[in-house]
Amino acid sequence: MTDSKRRNLVAALGAAPFVLPMLTAAQSVGTGSKFKVIPSRERIRDRYFPNLSLTTHEGRTVRFYDDLVKDKIVVFNMFYAKCEGICSPVTRNLVRVQKLLGDRMGKDIFIYSFSLKPKDDTVPAMKHYAQMHKVKPGWLFLTGEPDDMELLRRKLGFVDPDPEVDKDLSNHIGVIKFGNEPLERWGGCPGMKSPDSIVEAISWIDWPKNQTSLKAKGGTR
Amino acid sequence: MAYISKRNLRKEKEKQTAADNRRELIAAGFKRRDLLKMGLLTSAGMLIPKKGLSAHPLNTRGSFDEDEPSSPQTTPFQELMPRLPVLAPVASLTPAPTIAPNTAAGEARTEPHQAFAQFPPQRFYEMSEQAGTVLMAPPGELPPQTIWGFNGTTPGPLIVERYGNLGSPGNGSVLLRLRNNLPTQNGGFGLPSVTNHLHNGHTPLESDGFPCFFMGQGQFYDHHYPNVYAGINSTHPGTGDIREAMHTLWYHDHRIDHTAENTYKGLAGEYILFNEFDTGNENTGFRLPSFGDGQNPLTSFDIYMVFNDKVFDSQTGLLKFDLFNTDGILGDKFLVNGKIQPVFHVSPRRYRFRWLNTGPSRFYQMFILGPNNTTKSFWQISTDGNLLEKPVQVNSARFSVAERVDVIVDFTGQAGKTFYIENRLNQDDGRGPDGEVVGAGQGDKILKIIVDGPVVPDNSIDPATIPATQAVYFYPFPDTNDAARITRTFRFERGNGQWQVNGRLVGDCDDAPRFRIKRNSVEKWVFQNNSGGWQHPIHMHFEEFQTLSINGQAPRSTGLITRGRKDVFRLEHNMEATVYFRFRDFVGRIPLHCHNVVHEDHAMMVLGQIDDQGDNRTQP
Ligand SMILES: [Cu+2]
Repeated sequence: MTDSKRRNLVAALGAAPFVLPMLTAAQSVGTGSKFKVIPSRERIRDRYFPNLSLTTHEGRTVRFYDDLVKDKIVVFNMFYAKCEGICSPVTRNLVRVQKLLGDRMGKDIFIYSFSLKPKDDTVPAMKHYAQMHKVKPGWLFLTGEPDDMELLRRKLGFVDPDPEVDKDLSNHIGVIKFGNEPLERWGGCPGMKSPDSIVEAISWIDWPKNQTSLKAKGGTR
Repeated sequence: MAYISKRNLRKEKEKQTAADNRRELIAAGFKRRDLLKMGLLTSAGMLIPKKGLSAHPLNTRGSFDEDEPSSPQTTPFQELMPRLPVLAPVASLTPAPTIAPNTAAGEARTEPHQAFAQFPPQRFYEMSEQAGTVLMAPPGELPPQTIWGFNGTTPGPLIVERYGNLGSPGNGSVLLRLRNNLPTQNGGFGLPSVTNHLHNGHTPLESDGFPCFFMGQGQFYDHHYPNVYAGINSTHPGTGDIREAMHTLWYHDHRIDHTAENTYKGLAGEYILFNEFDTGNENTGFRLPSFGDGQNPLTSFDIYMVFNDKVFDSQTGLLKFDLFNTDGILGDKFLVNGKIQPVFHVSPRRYRFRWLNTGPSRFYQMFILGPNNTTKSFWQISTDGNLLEKPVQVNSARFSVAERVDVIVDFTGQAGKTFYIENRLNQDDGRGPDGEVVGAGQGDKILKIIVDGPVVPDNSIDPATIPATQAVYFYPFPDTNDAARITRTFRFERGNGQWQVNGRLVGDCDDAPRFRIKRNSVEKWVFQNNSGGWQHPIHMHFEEFQTLSINGQAPRSTGLITRGRKDVFRLEHNMEATVYFRFRDFVGRIPLHCHNVVHEDHAMMVLGQIDDQGDNRTQP
């Protein structure tokens, strides 16, 4: 399959997640073998990272996978600019995480906050929110078509299985997820954990720069 | 709406979801005709919901499952169920084990062995945690799978040991050295940083597999397992309390935040303890079916069965793990000892089956299905590997993740017949089962058992011959009359999409312990689940508890048995239970956590410790 065809597929997948069964059948035709050899990294991309077009708080248009995720260590969370309650402490936490990550922020580690209210979160509203929290380069607030943002939220697992609970947006804000895309290491933790322990959890997927983090930790007795 | 049952209500919701999805698809530019062509729409105009694609759907609301079909087809009951290989001891270890961590040689342990001098290891084991290649389905139906396992196998080798202490001949103390030889490339999931929990040994806690005591690639970790009964240094000095004997254990990775992917990838194995009563020989002691050498079908009738459920990528046929799921992961393929829906041949006699559920998230209620949809009763003899007072005849046993059930199944006189181990507990998503138990033959047949083996002698006890008037055939339960030093409440709840215990965010390696248990004391713990949506297998390391009450009722001794010694409490919907613990002999750090490993990795864990001070926090 050519890259452009694959992009189309990914785009179609983005718009209509239910079509994959058909596409699978179509792709199999003529291959003659029951299973395809596809790198697991590619399968993860196909499963979770639709290459949607998103808009940053700086007004740039970006592609979710190509521009934001590929070859990077990434931290995901959800937000909306008018959110109070749990949003503030989680954002404050991430501001401190950003500080702790130092000059790696924007080089190989990035934080992405996805809008839960894409209609309200215009570029100026997001920009204001970013300035209010003094976010530095390497942290983007992102919005897009409401359907796309909903798809992204589901793909990244910011969902509750109970539809009633799922409607309450505050339930999607308390969790952050992170991963090392080229190395296929992914994890998540509560956004209300201390910034130090969030950075530690990120360090576990931070390879090869932070190999010692996987070794003995010991206790605090 | 009150007349609509819960199940119908769910179906209504599904219909609604399907309709919403259909609108979405049409809004995205697909014509109704296209959907029909793709087979995604019925002629009645309903979008075929996920349930139409698979009889055993994954969670309908998780992340990848909305747009992926289920696992590729496999043919059930073709592969033989493997008998688990028994791990052989090694003559010695290089470098020799030391009490202090041998950091210079690459040991990851950070605390000295606390009971090494008292119980010097008599035997040594060594295993490497490494990648391996296995076939889980009949050849050609799924490609070879790259797993992570102990010595590259999954489930890992069976360790068979005997209790020993000053009161009986020999000494059961062993040392297990584990080496981390896991690769950097994980094939999509898995963290090559591990810690091994012996579930649920009475183990000094630096050897117990505390989630934060992990080792990196190239390191090793020495686990000292004295294999002594609780009470050895306290209530029953020198011998331990025989009533605390444990017989069916298992070991598994417990890496903080990454246990689900690592155990799903294969890092789990089994551990059996015999003693002078549960001897492994049906001519002695309790006369339970002989273990033999574990391999020879003519002499080995004590069979460990490890159940788990998995999902395979529809395109590559490879094991896949839902990276962003937080509710719990359900597989649509059911494995026993590493094979999907295998076959096991037995002789017409009694067998001991040791059932273990390694998860990640499914609860089972196993029945034995006989010819013509009959249900064969069997004898339950243990809860979580701890013998009951006597065998109890049951029609089924329910066990959630990490729970074990030992049973005696009598195939005497059944030559020529075929049976199935069938799970009849309905579960549609990772939060837990909905309580519905389907009819005979309507569940998932997981293992086919054919009674076509040769007639062999059977000297094992026939539980039916134990007089009804005899209250205790095995060990009596330890008494629960000593006053508790403290009663603590653990309320498990969910807020802002995160787990909380008693309204607070849960554990972290660097936090001060949330609770401190005084060594050699009794505690009562109250577990509360205020939710009607979630169920949790709550696991405490190191000590077995006994349930005192569940929702105000005494625990059950028949049916779905809840009376007995356990280390996993199945905390079901809207449940409150009080359990009784005695923490004896050893000190160190200890977790209390949910054993739905997906919940566990999303911080459903509280970290405490046992020390000589204790604290008075009633709501840690
Ligand atoms: Cu749980």
